[in-house]
Amino acid sequence: MGARPVQEIVAFCQEIFEDLHFAKAREWKAARPGRKVIGYMPVYVPREIVHAAGMLPLGILGGGADMEVIHGDAYYQSYICRIPRSTIELAITGKLDFVDGMMFPSICDVIRNLSGIWKLLFKDKYVRYFDAPQNFRDEVGGVFYANELRELREGLERLGGRTITDGEIRRSIAVYNENRRWVNRVYDFRAASPWKAPSAEVYLLMRAGMVLPPEEHTLLMREYLAAAEAVDRPMRDNCRVLLTGAFCEQPPLNLIKSLEISGCYIVDDDFMLVHRWLLEEVPVDGDPIWNLSRAFLRHSAQTAAKYEPDMAEKGSYLIDSIRRRGADGVIFAAPSFCDPALLDQPMMIRRLEALKIPYITLKYAENSGQMQPIREQSGTFADSIKLWSAS
Amino acid sequence: MSQREVVKSISQLMQKEMIGRNYDRITGGAAKVSSTFVPGNLNELLMCFDIANNLPEINAIQNAMRKKSGEMITEAERAGHSEDVCTYVKADIGMMAKGNIAPNGKPFPDPDVLLLSYTGCFTFMKWFELLREQYKCPTVMLHVPYAADGRPTRNMRDYIVKQLKEDVIPTLEKVSGIRFDIDRLRGYLRKSAVAEDDLVWMLESSKRRPSPIDCYFGGVYYMGPIFTAFRGTDEAIEYYRLLRDEIEDRIARGLCAQTPDGDMPEEKYRLVVEGPPNWTSFRDFWQMFHEAGAVVVASTYTKVGGVYDYDGFRHDPDHPLETLADYCLGVYTNRSLPTRVDMLVRNLQEYDADGLLINSIKSCNSFSAGQLVMMREIERRTGKPGAFIETDLVDPRYFSAANVKNRLESYFQMIDQKRRSGGSAASAM
Repeated sequence: MGARPVQEIVAFCQEIFEDLHFAKAREWKAARPGRKVIGYMPVYVPREIVHAAGMLPLGILGGGADMEVIHGDAYYQSYICRIPRSTIELAITGKLDFVDGMMFPSICDVIRNLSGIWKLLFKDKYVRYFDAPQNFRDEVGGVFYANELRELREGLERLGGRTITDGEIRRSIAVYNENRRWVNRVYDFRAASPWKAPSAEVYLLMRAGMVLPPEEHTLLMREYLAAAEAVDRPMRDNCRVLLTGAFCEQPPLNLIKSLEISGCYIVDDDFMLVHRWLLEEVPVDGDPIWNLSRAFLRHSAQTAAKYEPDMAEKGSYLIDSIRRRGADGVIFAAPSFCDPALLDQPMMIRRLEALKIPYITLKYAENSGQMQPIREQSGTFADSIKLWSAS
Repeated sequence: MSQREVVKSISQLMQKEMIGRNYDRITGGAAKVSSTFVPGNLNELLMCFDIANNLPEINAIQNAMRKKSGEMITEAERAGHSEDVCTYVKADIGMMAKGNIAPNGKPFPDPDVLLLSYTGCFTFMKWFELLREQYKCPTVMLHVPYAADGRPTRNMRDYIVKQLKEDVIPTLEKVSGIRFDIDRLRGYLRKSAVAEDDLVWMLESSKRRPSPIDCYFGGVYYMGPIFTAFRGTDEAIEYYRLLRDEIEDRIARGLCAQTPDGDMPEEKYRLVVEGPPNWTSFRDFWQMFHEAGAVVVASTYTKVGGVYDYDGFRHDPDHPLETLADYCLGVYTNRSLPTRVDMLVRNLQEYDADGLLINSIKSCNSFSAGQLVMMREIERRTGKPGAFIETDLVDPRYFSAANVKNRLESYFQMIDQKRRSGGSAASAM
């Protein structure tokens, strides 16, 4: 694999991205009898436990831009976002028939209720609504969360028909620590030289990590970085933007491409936060459940689905990221009808306005087709930054 | 239509007076004020600290019924709030922008504490993060986990109790300057349970034919005291005793449900309704039902603050903090979809209803997401027809009277057809 050029690596990732039958995950499952696949939705689940059970965590991010939703619209009203309807479409058209269980994290009421729909429609499947604490004290939220992790572990033990040892969880923690290191390297590389790692490529690389086993995904990222560093690509006169709000339903790939074409290098984003949710390495010694719990409480990403107990800290992650990445401005890109992103947005905007950081807002659905208005909006935004910024 | 004279019972007048008096207390300046939410609200606990209970959903409802919410929502949208999100939130933020005037005409004071009871609705968290920026007052989160597997676990209950002990109670002590007295809490909880018994009797009175009450449109009045600032008080006990006496009298006289236009002359259709009502055209909406002879015999909205008639919950003074945890965990929208389906199936069967009507609310994903699947599952399990209408809570732009009326008329015709073919409960008359 090491010698593949960037285009080949990206083509490999794109194939995974476009494959709504999840052939790679099916192959993984078929390779050994008894293997199980556990689907999960945004924004975060502790994949380490699933991995430790010998199962494949499979990120489900809806049906994307090209899947025609025929049945799913009969399950949801028009004023509900698109990701649950296309996810249902995936399931009832048999594309998830090999998936043995689904995890629904506590991100919003729509995904929460989708867990109940799954229970009603797919009674033979393992279904886990995964609640995370909104209290971040060790003895309160930490104990609750550790017990939730134990319940998850027990549920997967029943499903898999075997115990999951502490040693196995520690090994999986190490695997995901390593995976996160390389995810962060990719993000750092893109922020340092965005012309060498176009966001559409980085996006596809991360999407591959939703399907591939983490060990394989880590190797893929190493390979991509080596190949991308070696390629000489022209640097455009683009501004540097941070994209936020796209942590659940994903924008069409064309939208990401359009932003860059119109003059905006994306130097940070919140697509697939699960890859970067834990901000520091999780210790591999000691009680692994407690280590995962403390990592969540103390070192996890801030996003709209999490409560911020300290008002002064609200939005600080965004400001920090803008500074760390040297961003010129922010694009708030939220899916239509997304409660977490859209309710959070006015608070974030107030933080930016206080610091005179430029921003634009746009809404999308995973199947948005018309990119011209977005190109015009982001192009104007890029021009205004270049014309009016201090430089 | 708003000019028509409204027929009100003594209990309704009492309820109106109670709600009005609570607004006078909130705006009076003497009491410390908490803002908190209706689902799983901790009224008994707030009373232990002499804190007045202000409920922003109730304010939004009051503004909607006075036809004021539309301009408030527009105001919030002008200030940058998305047209896609909850209209309760926008009505509240718009109200602030317009002077924050309470229904009694006096300005709301800034709250002394925001009690963020995060129960059954994701939006609550963002709502109070937004308000916190405005009021800059202490904010305390009570995270209530979602009972996804149909029943609360020990872990969930312990988590809530710990938050009460270590965060909520110390914050309320600090805000009020009053030390927590668990025996005072027990006393209030004891009173809650008495009122709750009569509340359940009221809910179940609509099993009779004809139903003496409407348990959706009428039900929102009947549930007012228990889900706002009066659970745990002698007044709530008195109110529910009076309501019970009134209903017993109606039963004795064989009366159909009471409406704003008087008693329904006949009961032709018995419905179970899922989802909140529309508040901006509340009376017109109700009229579409009672003019057709349709009475709502059970509704999930009357469980929005807490569920008493499904698994026998009553506040338990012997386990004061644990019972508060159980109350919060049992709120209707904190229950899984399979449990909600089971509750509705039981309602349809036990109340001998003709069918299920879902009023799907545009801006309430907690209720709305999944309702189409629920409807199909309930139809499958009961053989009774379901119908689906769409409105909003407090945004008048999303109430289309003609569409709703057309849907309802078609639905009633469907029930008639089912009856003729022997597929549903026999006509009441």
